[in-house]
Amino acid sequence: MAPLSGFPGSGLAKGLAVTLRTMTKRTVTAQYPDALPELPPRSRGVIALFEENCTVCMLCARECPDWCIYIDSHKETAPPAAPGGRERSRNVLDRFAIDFSLCMYCGICIEVCPFDALFWSPEFEYAETDILDLTHERDKLRDWMWTVPAPPALDPAAEEPKEIAAARKAAEKAAAAAAAAAEAESEPGDRDDRDDRDDQEKGDA
Amino acid sequence: MNDTLDVVLRLVAVLVVFLVLPLLVGQTEHKVMAHMQGRLGPMYAGGFHGWAQLVADGVKFAQKEDIVPADADRRVFQLAPAVALLPYLLVLIVIPVGPDGFVGQTVDAGLIFVLAVMGVGVLGSLMAGWASANKFSLLGGLRTAAQLMAYELPMLLTAASVAMAAGTLSLPGIVDGYHWWWTPWQLVGGVVFFTAGLAELQRPPFDMPVADSEIIFGAYTEYTGLRFALFLLAEYAGIVVLCALTTVLFLGGWHGPWSGSAGWVWTLVKTALLAFVVIWLRVSYPRLREDQLQKLAWTVLIPLSLAQIALTGVVKVVIS
Repeated sequence: MAPLSGFPGSGLAKGLAVTLRTMTKRTVTAQYPDALPELPPRSRGVIALFEENCTVCMLCARECPDWCIYIDSHKETAPPAAPGGRERSRNVLDRFAIDFSLCMYCGICIEVCPFDALFWSPEFEYAETDILDLTHERDKLRDWMWTVPAPPALDPAAEEPKEIAAARKAAEKAAAAAAAAAEAESEPGDRDDRDDRDDQEKGDA
Repeated sequence: MNDTLDVVLRLVAVLVVFLVLPLLVGQTEHKVMAHMQGRLGPMYAGGFHGWAQLVADGVKFAQKEDIVPADADRRVFQLAPAVALLPYLLVLIVIPVGPDGFVGQTVDAGLIFVLAVMGVGVLGSLMAGWASANKFSLLGGLRTAAQLMAYELPMLLTAASVAMAAGTLSLPGIVDGYHWWWTPWQLVGGVVFFTAGLAELQRPPFDMPVADSEIIFGAYTEYTGLRFALFLLAEYAGIVVLCALTTVLFLGGWHGPWSGSAGWVWTLVKTALLAFVVIWLRVSYPRLREDQLQKLAWTVLIPLSLAQIALTGVVKVVIS
């Protein structure tokens, strides 16, 4: 277009060319209710609660910058595991609610949860006509848990996740113990050897 | 009896064209403008790509309350939309679509009739602007008047150039006399005629009289409901008439391959292409300022049209 720029009226022609070119291109309109949007991975749509993991530690409620998480709980005591022992107490969740009219989607609650009970879900269609209806209770939050996508795959050379490493070690240890037991049965004189190895593994863990 | 039937049929046909073509242009404008801006435009009304959007708009307009402002000049206010719309219907009657009398009514001085009646259409805007008792309407009306003064002249001059070339004022006569080299010969005149016509229709980029960011909607500010819809219809009918006239005067009307059997198709295709250009210009260019508008008419279009007349005269003398 540079050689044309001196020619009178070339700006007008350029304007026409731009609109004509745009007409032949794909439109950018998102036909939302008819076609669902393609959300990027880890979209921040709504906060889902995996309540089986919740221990009512209240960290999320305390860290929330606008205090939009409501948690009620009570304590239950369980009989001692062994006769003569102490009674065990545990927290039982009564109410877990997030007021999405206050929530600013910062995600701090999800970051601080030590037991992986809170997750981002890409679900975003939960508009209400009354602002009070935006306070969603635990059953709704639990339902959203089903929409949480699987965590993204690790990088090819990444370190093993801690949970899997621990589980693998436990499995290896059990297998080794079983093998040692089988060995001991066939050669009863070797017991000391196995004990040494067991200690070593405990130290590793 | 047969003559009466003939006249009635012709009038009904013209009326149908008058009601259908502007809506087609309007719908095309919706879609073309949307796609030129990277949008989709209406998609719901009627089911398939929003084909019934303008029908839905019409129903909406018909449901609205018909309001006349308390201080308005009632009769003039209520009459204005009809004055704006009807001239275009009258013009459509005399525009030839195909050869051998494919026209609502042949008028000997058709060119004069067409230009005179089209000028009347602008009166509707003036009446609306004055009768609304609203300062924005008045400003819009005055701008319309100024624009009419400025652009009627180049339009008449270029039309006169075509009449000189053809040696007749009859529209079918002009198309009959057409040769392909008329289009390059009258090219400047055609561009000036089309531009001036756009300005007279107050289409963007010449829509200073209805500049919505300055004077709300100019002369139509106080209108609602059906009367407003009639003004809008007048604008689109005006596009159809302008494009058809440009086709007839400068692009050879029904001339083209197989024009003997399908001449009317050529007229419609050329008109549709010009209507597309009208929409295209609207999307591409920003509105001209009032002084730029006047400057364009008086310092560019009128000298160009005078030069066209001179050229037409010289060529006419040389070839005769």
